[in-house]
Amino acid sequence: LSHTHSDCCCYHNSPKSYILLKTWDPALKKRDDFEDILEERRSSSDLRYALRCYVPVVYKGIAPCKPGVLKTAVLQSDRLRHVVAEMSKETGESADVIREEASGILEEMAHRLRLGTVRFFAYSLSKAFKALFQRVRVNEDGIQRLQQSIQEHPVVLLPSHRSYMDFLIMSYILYTYDLSLPVIAAGMDFLGMKIVGEMLRMSGAFFIRRSFGGDKLYWAVFSEYVKTMLRNGYAPIEFFLEGTRSRTCKSLTPKLGLLNIVMEPFFKGEVFDVSLVPISISYERVLEEALYARELLGVPKPKESTSGLLKARKILSEDYGSIHVYFGHPVSLRSLAQGRINRSQYNLLPRHIPRRPSQETQAFVNETAYRLVRLQEENMVLRPWVLVAALLLQNPDGVDMERLVEQTSWLRGLAVSFGAFLDWPGNTKAVASSLALHTGLVRTEGGRAQLAMEPKEPGSPEEDLFDRAASVLSCASYRNQILHVFLRPALLGMAMQMAEASRKDDIYSCFSFLRDVFSNEFILCPGGTVQDFDEACYMLTKCAAVHVQKQEVVATEKGQRILSFLTSLFQPFLKGYQVGPAPFLELVDYPRHFCFLGFLPSLTCYEALSSDVQKNALAALLRMKVVRKLKV
Amino acid sequence: MASDGHGSERQRAASRRLSAIAGHLRTAGQQQRPQVAGIHCKAESSSDGEEAARSTTVPRRRQEVMKWNGWGYSDSRFLFNKKGQAEFTGRRYRLSGMVLPSLKDWFESTFGASLQHKSPATATLNASAVPFPSLNEAFLQDLKSTGIPFSHEAEDRVFRAHGHCLHEIFALREGKFGRVPDLVVWPNCHEDVVKTVDLACRHNVCLIPYGGGTSVSSALECPPDETRCIVSLDTSQMSRILWIDEKNLTAHVEAGIVGQDLERLLNESGYCTGHEPDSMEFSSLGGWVATRASGMKKNVYGNIEDLVVHIKMVCPRGVVEKSCQGPRVSIGPDIHHFIMGSEGTLGVVTEVTIKIRPMPEYQKYGSVVFPNFEQGVACLREVAKQRCAPASIRLMDNAQFQFGHALKPQVSSIFTSFLDGLKKFYITKFKGFDPHHLCVATLLFEGDRERVLQHEKQVYDIAAKFGGLAAGEDNGQRGYMLTFVIAYLRDLGMDYYVIGESFETSVPWDRVLDLCRNVKERIVRECRERGVQFPPLATCRVTQTYDAGACVYFYFAFNYRGLADPVNIYGRVEHAAREEILANGGSLSHHHGVGKLRKHWMPESISDVGIGMLKSVKEYVDPDNIFGSRNLL
Repeated sequence: LSHTHSDCCCYHNSPKSYILLKTWDPALKKRDDFEDILEERRSSSDLRYALRCYVPVVYKGIAPCKPGVLKTAVLQSDRLRHVVAEMSKETGESADVIREEASGILEEMAHRLRLGTVRFFAYSLSKAFKALFQRVRVNEDGIQRLQQSIQEHPVVLLPSHRSYMDFLIMSYILYTYDLSLPVIAAGMDFLGMKIVGEMLRMSGAFFIRRSFGGDKLYWAVFSEYVKTMLRNGYAPIEFFLEGTRSRTCKSLTPKLGLLNIVMEPFFKGEVFDVSLVPISISYERVLEEALYARELLGVPKPKESTSGLLKARKILSEDYGSIHVYFGHPVSLRSLAQGRINRSQYNLLPRHIPRRPSQETQAFVNETAYRLVRLQEENMVLRPWVLVAALLLQNPDGVDMERLVEQTSWLRGLAVSFGAFLDWPGNTKAVASSLALHTGLVRTEGGRAQLAMEPKEPGSPEEDLFDRAASVLSCASYRNQILHVFLRPALLGMAMQMAEASRKDDIYSCFSFLRDVFSNEFILCPGGTVQDFDEACYMLTKCAAVHVQKQEVVATEKGQRILSFLTSLFQPFLKGYQVGPAPFLELVDYPRHFCFLGFLPSLTCYEALSSDVQKNALAALLRMKVVRKLKV
Repeated sequence: MASDGHGSERQRAASRRLSAIAGHLRTAGQQQRPQVAGIHCKAESSSDGEEAARSTTVPRRRQEVMKWNGWGYSDSRFLFNKKGQAEFTGRRYRLSGMVLPSLKDWFESTFGASLQHKSPATATLNASAVPFPSLNEAFLQDLKSTGIPFSHEAEDRVFRAHGHCLHEIFALREGKFGRVPDLVVWPNCHEDVVKTVDLACRHNVCLIPYGGGTSVSSALECPPDETRCIVSLDTSQMSRILWIDEKNLTAHVEAGIVGQDLERLLNESGYCTGHEPDSMEFSSLGGWVATRASGMKKNVYGNIEDLVVHIKMVCPRGVVEKSCQGPRVSIGPDIHHFIMGSEGTLGVVTEVTIKIRPMPEYQKYGSVVFPNFEQGVACLREVAKQRCAPASIRLMDNAQFQFGHALKPQVSSIFTSFLDGLKKFYITKFKGFDPHHLCVATLLFEGDRERVLQHEKQVYDIAAKFGGLAAGEDNGQRGYMLTFVIAYLRDLGMDYYVIGESFETSVPWDRVLDLCRNVKERIVRECRERGVQFPPLATCRVTQTYDAGACVYFYFAFNYRGLADPVNIYGRVEHAAREEILANGGSLSHHHGVGKLRKHWMPESISDVGIGMLKSVKEYVDPDNIFGSRNLL
């Protein structure tokens, strides 16, 4: 049962059926089937859907309470009382004033979930989604597992973050399946949007400042608020491990703050277990595609504003393809912590007194975060366009259509054997539909496909350059989605090249070096070098690209194509890190970005302009103590 | 005694007291009451050389009155009669001879058990299956010359090879015996013990003291790899009250006396110790000292460490005791605290001076229903905070409350059942308590009448603040009565594929709820993961309150049909439950002790240095490991 772009206009007329993803290698991970939730929306009343009886299943130990009661519970918690008393002692300020301040923080932060608002969203999002997307496909088995989990233990939802759409989609799906709506940690920037911010608040968002480093009171209010909701089983708690939207569509190094907070109630015995649910949301076409590229080139992110949102209405007229949402298996925190965390370390200090987590705890939280992000990656559905983009970027002068189809099909085989989760409609259709959906990024003329590089309206050379770079970066953001599949084998390939020898030890040390260099760029769990190396060897052996012997790793004849593909796939990053040090001298506004463009040898190096690559390169160099920060 | 005009008043109090105790502990028939004895042990025991004159509850041949493979008296047991109704046999207890109509339904629905599926025990002890005693002849010769009674009969030895852990009883029911003591000796007095220990040291014989045999920590299990002759030193014949000092309110008592005898004898003089552990029918004073026992009425009388004034213990190194009876001393670390909790690893406690109190003038039971366990715990915490806990206050969770209901005897009149219905209606419908969440606290007040009534009001007022409703004396009294019959119930369960046990901990107040919830959930989860086919019963109650925390008691049982090695699975689940307790800030034990069952966790419980301290004491006191039970360390 293959679905293509062309037959989906009549898709909603076809009988309801599970879409089988035939493409995954059965030897690899078993994945669930998807169901399109828009299908029903297209055939029945949105209004009735928005107004239907909504009775979600809830946590068995729930202590039902209104948002107002929740606030009181937080403000009167031992933890907060303790912090207030301490601060009052430190600063000489009266406790009442500090308590008032805490109440203000909470007021600014707390959600005010209202069913009415949720229904409004249910209605308007139905309309919007139908206009924007062909399909919103969800794995229903995952939904069922989630439903089970919600009843048993407090649940933490951890979706990937590629778009503002993410949390709207999440809440929309949960509402559709009659699951309790999550409370969502959102950035304070949303509050800049006048009405919308408050509406998000009423649909379950709570707002946290982007940075509050040393603010003890803020931290106390915030963490106690989240923990209170978790302990009471108030609602699933949703936040983004990556902390922010990934502008590059690569997964970002996870942030640990909130993860620490939601784990603590388990460590301290306040809940029996916590279910961590990784969720992968993949977009065939990201709404913010163009914005991201510009941001990466140094154009500041537009401030969130309601009028901006209204202006963005024009996106409603475009086609953004499908969305796949995969609810992963809930991970039991208790099982993860088994044998790792000695919970009795919390026995000797009253539990409301905050203290730094022990080193073993920090390491555990960090490792768990990486693990969860990798689970998100693994279940990310990839569309053919991702492969096509990767190939086009490697062929800046364009490719014959026939050849492109052949190469894409070859690449698909490789990706699948490495465990990629592909949604594949058939080779020819895959390429054709990909190109059709991304006309802004690719030109097809005379049987050749090529990245769209020439500006729509010619401007100054700098502006042209900017447009070209933006277009490369947009394209790269699709290619980036598949990097996690190839990362480990590619690192091995690069290491083999770098070592210029076949001794396994040499290759391993190069591998380890590269892995270290790129650990800000990709999801590479600290301390996992050996495992990653083995994994890479296994994968390349499986596709017969290398021979791994006791002492040596040798490339095979057949492996040349694979290895050269892999190394050139990651070439832009290597290049980016090579030129990375150049723009150290404050890179804030975009004209400065271009000062070193003169010596850029090839197209791939447009990617070196990405502030993300530069940021990561700098971080890596600092971490590896190659450079030193002089001024903070 | 009673030199003032209150003599008759005291007599009346004594008889009230007796009837109260008889309420839950009615002893069989007309036994001769033991008398407060003189100090001359030899004189007495040599006078007619036999026990007849001093009939204690516990004869040397325990098997004559008690079960060899189950709990308590041979004549008292639960069974399902031909009509499928549960009955309790015998005449000793209030429940004896009664029919319990709802037990069967509760039993079958809670465990998924069925009366069709029986798992009966081996009926009689097969002496030939008991390992042959390996005797130390030289020791035996010397022992004979002292005239201290001894035996190496299989029945006597088997009886002293176990406590009442599930695995111990399960093995007995299957007729399986591991390492058992080679010899049992019955010293009559302190001097006899000194001689025995002396001989043991001289001939390198392993001694394991035996008091009431109610251990639930594998403390009485013989180390299987012990190659020396193992001698069980049964203190049961050392059961006299040697003197009572009414000026200082103390009594000097031989350590082998069991709880019920001690109370009865003191009651006759108008006194009591007030120390009532759940096992008090059978457990001994020396055992209490050796395990740091706790009694249900500790709020008034204190735990064993608060009750003892003086201890005499015979060790391989000699006899250890203090030289005065000062009520409190500052003379270095308290040596009593080396003795209390030493679990038979250092020596034998032979005589104890214990505090006594005049018998309470008035006793009143009570009970309170709470809408849920959380409220109940909050109430107990408040009671502890105001330091106004009654003699006993216990809070059962919902499952235990339902269990208690299943043990209600047949109601005799329509009127009572009508009243019961009315009560139920009032609580569930009128007050809106959810029958699946409500829980009950049972109370016992003691003291003079005025004060009891006042106290009662205070406690009920606090309870009301937490949504508690007074639920009558009857419910309270039944709650305490159950304590004494519950151990018999396990034997019934084991007749029908249900195994279970209780375990306890102590925990700071702020952790009580979390610990209860997590441990119960851990039990359920572990059972499921280990292939137990039926959901287990995991229930708890808060049994003691302290200033800084509470004692929590768990019952855990499951239906083991379909399991190849139920005892092993039981053990693993209990192990996991203990891990959970420790991870939740609970202690390794509140009063059961460590024995061999829990010694695995000792280093993490008291630190390596702590272990070193205990070891160095052991090394000095008993360098040759004569007291080789290998408990604790």
